Amino acid sequence: MSKNSSKDDEILGKAYDAKLMKRLLGFVKPYKKYVIIAILLNVIVAALGPLRPYLTKIAIDDYIVNKDFDGLFLIAALLLSALLLQSVIQYLLTYATQLLGQKTILDLRRKLFEHIQRLSVSFFDKTPIGRLVTRVTNDVESLNEMFSSGIIMVFSDIFIILWILGFMFFIDIELSLVSLSVLPILIYGTFLFRKKVRETYRDVRLYLARLNSYMQEHITGMGIVRLFNREKSEFKEFSEINADHKDANIRSIFYYAIFFPGVELISSAAIALIIWYGGGEVIQSKLTLGVLFAFIQYTEMFFRPIRDLSEKYNILQTAMASSERIFKLLDEKSFIQNPENPQELGKVKGSIEFENVSFAYDDSNYVLKNISLQINPGETVAIVGATGAGKTSIINILTRFYDIKSGSIKVDGIDIRNVDKRELRKKISIVLQDVFLFFGTIKSNIGMGNPGISNDDIHRAAAIVGADKFIEKLPLKYDEPVKERGATLSVGQKQLISFARALAHDPQILILDEATSSVDTETEKLIQDAIGKLLRGRTAIVIAHRLSTIQNAHKIIVMHKGEIKESGNHQELLSKRGLYYKLYQLQYKEQEITSVN
Amino acid sequence: MKNLRDLSKYFKKHKKMLYWGITFIIISNAFSVYVPVIIKDALNSLQSKIDYDVLVKYALLIVGSTIIAGIFRFFIRQTIIVVSREVEYDLRGDFWDHIQKLPLRFFQNYSTGNIMAHATNDISAVRMFVGPAVMYSIDTAIKFVVAVTIMSIISIKVTMIALLPLPFLSFLVYFVGKKIHERFTLIQEKFSDLTSKAQENFSGIRVVKSYVSEDRELESFMALSKEYLQRNMRLVKLQAFFQPILFLITGLSVIITIWFGGIEVINGQLLIGDVTALVIYLGILIWPMIAFGWVVNIIQQAEASMKRLNKIFSEPFEISDSDSTDHSITTLNGDIEFRNASFKYGENLHEVISNVNLKIPRGTKLAVMGNTGSGKTTFINFIPRLYDVTAGEVLIDGINIKNIPVSVLRSNIGYVPQEAFLFSDSIYKNITYGKPGVSEEKVMEASEISRFSKDVEQFPEGYQTLVGERGITLSGGQKQRASLARALVIDPKILILDDSFSAVDTHTEEEILTNLKSYMAGRTSIIVSHRVSTVKDLDKILVLENGKIAEQGTHDELLEFNGVYAGIYRKQLLEQEIEQLG
Repeated sequence: MSKNSSKDDEILGKAYDAKLMKRLLGFVKPYKKYVIIAILLNVIVAALGPLRPYLTKIAIDDYIVNKDFDGLFLIAALLLSALLLQSVIQYLLTYATQLLGQKTILDLRRKLFEHIQRLSVSFFDKTPIGRLVTRVTNDVESLNEMFSSGIIMVFSDIFIILWILGFMFFIDIELSLVSLSVLPILIYGTFLFRKKVRETYRDVRLYLARLNSYMQEHITGMGIVRLFNREKSEFKEFSEINADHKDANIRSIFYYAIFFPGVELISSAAIALIIWYGGGEVIQSKLTLGVLFAFIQYTEMFFRPIRDLSEKYNILQTAMASSERIFKLLDEKSFIQNPENPQELGKVKGSIEFENVSFAYDDSNYVLKNISLQINPGETVAIVGATGAGKTSIINILTRFYDIKSGSIKVDGIDIRNVDKRELRKKISIVLQDVFLFFGTIKSNIGMGNPGISNDDIHRAAAIVGADKFIEKLPLKYDEPVKERGATLSVGQKQLISFARALAHDPQILILDEATSSVDTETEKLIQDAIGKLLRGRTAIVIAHRLSTIQNAHKIIVMHKGEIKESGNHQELLSKRGLYYKLYQLQYKEQEITSVN
Repeated sequence: MKNLRDLSKYFKKHKKMLYWGITFIIISNAFSVYVPVIIKDALNSLQSKIDYDVLVKYALLIVGSTIIAGIFRFFIRQTIIVVSREVEYDLRGDFWDHIQKLPLRFFQNYSTGNIMAHATNDISAVRMFVGPAVMYSIDTAIKFVVAVTIMSIISIKVTMIALLPLPFLSFLVYFVGKKIHERFTLIQEKFSDLTSKAQENFSGIRVVKSYVSEDRELESFMALSKEYLQRNMRLVKLQAFFQPILFLITGLSVIITIWFGGIEVINGQLLIGDVTALVIYLGILIWPMIAFGWVVNIIQQAEASMKRLNKIFSEPFEISDSDSTDHSITTLNGDIEFRNASFKYGENLHEVISNVNLKIPRGTKLAVMGNTGSGKTTFINFIPRLYDVTAGEVLIDGINIKNIPVSVLRSNIGYVPQEAFLFSDSIYKNITYGKPGVSEEKVMEASEISRFSKDVEQFPEGYQTLVGERGITLSGGQKQRASLARALVIDPKILILDDSFSAVDTHTEEEILTNLKSYMAGRTSIIVSHRVSTVKDLDKILVLENGKIAEQGTHDELLEFNGVYAGIYRKQLLEQEIEQLG
């Protein structure tokens, strides 16, 4: 599976795919108005360029030859007006098409981000985050180019060509045919050039990608390179890829070196034809000098749009590849299903019931086996067990990050699969071991931007868990910026913030995965107090690592290899001298010693 | 330009090609600039009665000149632009060569992305200077001089007036180009914010989902996207304005020429062919004027990029051979000794290893234990000289390791790091990484010892199966076992395992340890581990605490001592009991 998905990034498919294009155009639909305006403006602006040689022809033939100063001035004024008009329209046109592209991709980005966020946690567990990020950033970006300069500019180039042809044929059909006789060579040459350049372009991209992944990998594995004495041979390998990249580039230089002079040659041939044939006609007085002048100008004008048109190919090709990847992601349907007619949870009292629950992340390796468990409103249940006992999976299934394979989980007697996921999650707060802080402020990390949580709520929550003391000491207090992942805060501070976060949301049900990381005694004291306050009056499931927590719990569940082995309170379980007794000695006894000291 | 001067050594290498390129530019221009003159003569001749043959002559002259100019234009690209690719190649090679020699500490301070940006963006900015910028500046200068000269000969008056708007063009390209670059940088910044936001959201998806903040997250992502749109549109405004104004200025010149030229024609001072030639020359001149401003921008960007590259180039190299290296040493026996060895990561930082004295005679199997942060990894990293001690010395066979050639030292050490790292290549190539020519039997043997061979059999293409990005994903345990095989294959005198079985289950670990027993005979082995079961049978166990040796001795001795090791032992016994339940 991973084999296919990594190839995704190397897709360099065809330049046009009707199905993809249709789907893409669906995103442009809301902006049909812009498209129509842009096309109309294109038709007008495309005419203004070719109009100028025609006006010049009139100037030469009608006024210069007849020594008419006023007429010449009139033409100059007309030329200037056409130029100004062209400039203004060109400005509007560029602006409009870019705006169109930007708005379209903004919509696409929203849709994509929204979609990704809705995908199930299991999808995120399986997919590299970097790949998802690339989809919403770079891939969407390459579509921008297609929408803004690709599609509409194709129209522009076509209109320019049509107008030039129109003017030429209007002025003189015979000379038009003669001068255009080089056109097939130009079109064929351009086509050939594109094909060759496309091949080398693909090579260049491929080698560049290789160069990048080579560097990426070897920077990460630099230690291994050193340890195994491979600097020399690795450098050789690098040089080979570097040389392939260079050679591919040099190959493309060759084609460019032929193409550009080639185009110039074809254009001079056209001029030579105009002079030879048209000149002959002038001698016979069938044509005027102004016509020759206009045609010489037209041949020069003609070549740019043809060259541009062929360049659009690359844009289209990249965009198609990107859109294929984007649509593949949009078609990903890995959701945890919401019920069609969800039951209302309403005000939750907080009873939780696990009935014969079994769960596996895949189809066979069960991590929870036939778990039954009853938690009454307001009770704290501590879950203990060695690593791999299945403790974390409890969090995953209760919040419906994953669905169970068999049995049922009920909150207030309602099966959680019959409830709207989001409503369920609103009633449950989880505090994870690994505190995840978002880029923003302390305030935004406690309130999570929830409009139902006021500043007062945030301050109160922070005060209750004892986080206010260090927050008040920060220069900007609650508005202190939190850098990426809370890099500037200590582990203990981050935990207190996550407690405040949970408390501010005032959940009826709380799941707490206690962190194992060690903090100083003072912070430990703060955290213990905070946990006590956090648990009070709520139904709570705690994956416990603290002696104080398990001692205060109403019930302790001892899990082992996916099964519940023992349950009861601290004293009862200790006196059993079973699994709990051993775990206690292993994990908690030392805490007793240190707390006594 | 200070930094770009450093490029001269690359230029020198391709000096001949460059000189040829410049020669070709001159020749090509000599012919192409001549074409409008022919057109002029042709049109002018039409105003007097001429022969048909003369027209044919002119037509052939036009095509002929263009062909010759074109051939040389082909050679210009084949020389100057090719040189730019060669310089890019050399520069990137030197860059990588340098990167490979930088101390490992450099990679901790410098993100991979950052280094990659230098190797791609900065180098290609420099290439733009070497190739296109050099080519266009010479081309432009020549075209400009020749075209203006010919134009002035045709009509100095019209030329002067017509050229009036053009200098604005250069200024405009320069200033707007600069502004475009600035706005573009702003866009890039927003884009990177956008990327970070997406990255953050997707990594924190559990928190997002459990606090039901999808909508708010979407809005904050969209707020960034909208800002990004606005910044893009600010650039668009500039670009949308730029192109028309370009056309306007150049068009103005053409209109002036037609108007004033027309007046001159009416006054009998000029012929229509002359005006045509002037208009064509204007067309030729426009590009140089644009290119001029553009080139200035390229040079500025290349200068900035080169400055960043030079910063990397000035980073000092890591540990390598020096004058005191004794190149007569070609083999090692494996007697290791630490004498008052101390280490700190920086001048003002505390010591991570302090004053360690220890002898490890050849063939010893030494275990190193200790808490996270006790200095275990740093301690063993001295032996292959991944780091050098900052005080004291480390000796092998009685020789200070600084005097042993680094390649000899490392090829005698089989090192299995904590985090198993494999390259995305075939399994076979990964195992033979340290000794590419090694026999197939050795590979099998090493995989057998490290309990990896059974796994390999199940892979689609056996040892030729690709791993990593383009191939299959190995589990943590498989990676560790492959990385063990890689170390065993080089047949080292010293074997170092840094907590290398953390992802391997205890049962497999025991099997591997049994297999390793005979392999380790006669080799000095250092095994860092958290598991008592791994270390209890070794010759000597070392317990580190805060960079110092806290306890050392055999398993039985340390149990008797009843210190840290004994505590760990008791705990793990309990763990084992729990594990065996159920």
